[in-house]
Amino acid sequence: MMNMINVQGVSKSFTLHMQDGMQLPVLDGLDLEVAAGECVALTGPSGSGKSTLMRMIYGNYLCSAGKIRLQHGGAAIDIVNTDPHQILEIRRLTLGYVSQFLRVVPRVPTLDVVADPLVAAGSDRSTARETARILLARLNLPERLWSLSPVTFSGGEQQRVNIARGFAYAFPVLLLDEPTASLDADNRAAVLELIEEARHRGAAILGIFHDRDAREAVCTRSFDI
Amino acid sequence: MSPPSKPSFDTAYNFAYLDEQTKRMIRRAILKAVATPGYQVPFASREMPMPYGWGTGGIQVTASVIGPDDVLKVIDQGSDDTTNAVSIRKFFVRTTGVETTEQTETATLIQTRHRIPETPLREGQILIYQVPIPEPLRFLEPRELETRRMHALEDYGLMHVKLYEDISRFGHIATTYAYPVRVDGRYVTDPSPTPKFDNPKMDNMPALQLFGAGREKRIYAIPPYTEVKSLDFDDHPFELPEWDTTCALCGADDTFLDEVILDDAGERMFVCSDTDYCARRRAPEAAE
Amino acid sequence: MNMQSKPLLIVRNLSCYYGSTRGCEDISLDLRTGEVLGIVGESGSGKTTLLKAISAQLEPDSGTVHYRDRRNDSIDIYEISEPERRFLMRTDWGFVHQNPRDGLRMSVSAGANVGERLMAVGWRHYGDIRDEAIGWLERVEVDGDRIDNLPRTFSGGMQQRLQIARNLVSRPRLTFMDEPTGGLDVSVQARLLDLIRNLVGDLGLAAIVVTHDLAVARLLAHRLVVMKDGRIVETGLTDQVLDDPQHPYTQLLVSSILQT
Repeated sequence: MMNMINVQGVSKSFTLHMQDGMQLPVLDGLDLEVAAGECVALTGPSGSGKSTLMRMIYGNYLCSAGKIRLQHGGAAIDIVNTDPHQILEIRRLTLGYVSQFLRVVPRVPTLDVVADPLVAAGSDRSTARETARILLARLNLPERLWSLSPVTFSGGEQQRVNIARGFAYAFPVLLLDEPTASLDADNRAAVLELIEEARHRGAAILGIFHDRDAREAVCTRSFDI
Repeated sequence: MSPPSKPSFDTAYNFAYLDEQTKRMIRRAILKAVATPGYQVPFASREMPMPYGWGTGGIQVTASVIGPDDVLKVIDQGSDDTTNAVSIRKFFVRTTGVETTEQTETATLIQTRHRIPETPLREGQILIYQVPIPEPLRFLEPRELETRRMHALEDYGLMHVKLYEDISRFGHIATTYAYPVRVDGRYVTDPSPTPKFDNPKMDNMPALQLFGAGREKRIYAIPPYTEVKSLDFDDHPFELPEWDTTCALCGADDTFLDEVILDDAGERMFVCSDTDYCARRRAPEAAE
Repeated sequence: MNMQSKPLLIVRNLSCYYGSTRGCEDISLDLRTGEVLGIVGESGSGKTTLLKAISAQLEPDSGTVHYRDRRNDSIDIYEISEPERRFLMRTDWGFVHQNPRDGLRMSVSAGANVGERLMAVGWRHYGDIRDEAIGWLERVEVDGDRIDNLPRTFSGGMQQRLQIARNLVSRPRLTFMDEPTGGLDVSVQARLLDLIRNLVGDLGLAAIVVTHDLAVARLLAHRLVVMKDGRIVETGLTDQVLDDPQHPYTQLLVSSILQT
């Protein structure tokens, strides 16, 4: 199957100017491929750079060296060497990212938080909201919360909104950072179902799972940093 | 025709009071004004023997165009016999010796404050308006620099803002005098504090219209047969005011009527503001 | 958000000096349709000077600003005539001032404020102007009943929203904003930012937002430009610049934000 993510010789080092220019090397010469239909688990001890790598693939962190290629619109685009507009388009149509924290925009109701990525990808608002409703119901988020902003939600509730937002649009590539953290058993199962469905439709998934059971349930292989 | 003998005006002054160089300067300004209808031309307004606010602009324009063969009519609020009209007329008689008249038809020059005669003017006549504030945008935009730019760039949105505000506040355009007009499709101009009732007379007038503002030092002009359109909105078109009654003296129903209070009980009557027009309607046989 | 490939605004090597003091120096940047660019920096960084220079309010000492107009022609904004420039500023562009009093006519009603641009381009039907004004007032969450009120009867946040409506009524393709939420209470800020975000999205507006507040930048901007002492020290995607700052000054700025 086609490689959707192609990480080649990637290195990352942080220079902390606030601390006299101290260097913090995190990754060195990493190679990794993720094909469509795969769910690859990133493993390694805390601080080994798993989240960092994910953020680099998303274009949120810069790369010190190497290439990160993504399949987008029928071509392989190197995130490291492309312009910001291209990255924004990739994030809109190809690459989804469920981070560990929900960044809440005040005043936007949960339903729209979830529907927004679909609208950004071209859907009309009402269809997008329909999809959002179904997802939120699957994740057992009470309906009375859908019209509220997630600002006051608990950690677990915010996490579920985050997940729904990540799965609303059928991204060809998904990055999942601890998707089942702070969830109880039922909700965890629902999330794992979503991941499995995505994988089956051909998405290429890269995930960080601290929960061993979850990892084993959905991941097709592991990659140790 | 008798040969010219001694001059019939007071020779302590130059003809029409102003020196010839000043007249030339003003005539140049007038020419420029005529070439750019509605555009305010700055001119070097002179100190006149009456203070600003008493018609010095109109007087300077008249003084620059008047010749010994002219026949002058001076009116103030439509009347030939108010103090100001009489004073100005006397001023010109003293400094030029020209013939004067109260009849609109026989005048060649008509200097006016705040009214246009009811009798339609004809080619060859000149109507000279006294203007206090020549800038129609002044009350909305106090900066001279900005209003000059607006005229130059034809940036007149603000004028319509004023009319919009009137409608939103009063339900109709509340301006009843000095109603702004667009001259020759280009410059927005202040017709001087004439009642809006007179605006239509300005449109395509066969006579030349000159405007002089002494204190503000501006001259502008509307050449004969020039289009003059009052500003309005499509759904709030320019409308002429109407009176419930006719002139108590001559019965006219199509003139601008003045309200005259007759006694302390509040008795009032409405009469034509144009005294000449009214008088001639009443006694046409007595016309000269 | 659909961005065409040719930039809407191209700034090249722009420099402005106040005597020998550097206002901004050698600034180059692009802006695309539908994109929001944030210019961040502290007081004295030159960001307001830059904004004025690229919005045709302050002629630069060197460099160029090219704008792609509705007919797809690229025009040098300082080479065109004054009437053309004023027309552009009134129709294609918007400018939201930090202090709404600088961007409103305080002596006329809200409706007149919003309707002015329409009247300036030839709208002559009072009823239509009024309807359009009410529509825009409601769009910026000002009650349509307030259309005849003077701006001084509005709160600061409402005045700012009125200023936005006044600008957007002509459907500009590009809007410049100078600290649009400066001086407003936090809750009022949030509401205003939300409004701006939605309008930008709904109208496909391109915007350049100058702010010293990184939270505002993160919320509104797709890309950021960081300025210090009149120069650009860093540029990139907003989340990248704020989460992985490279330049020492950017790192200082980011680390200075108080966490709530």
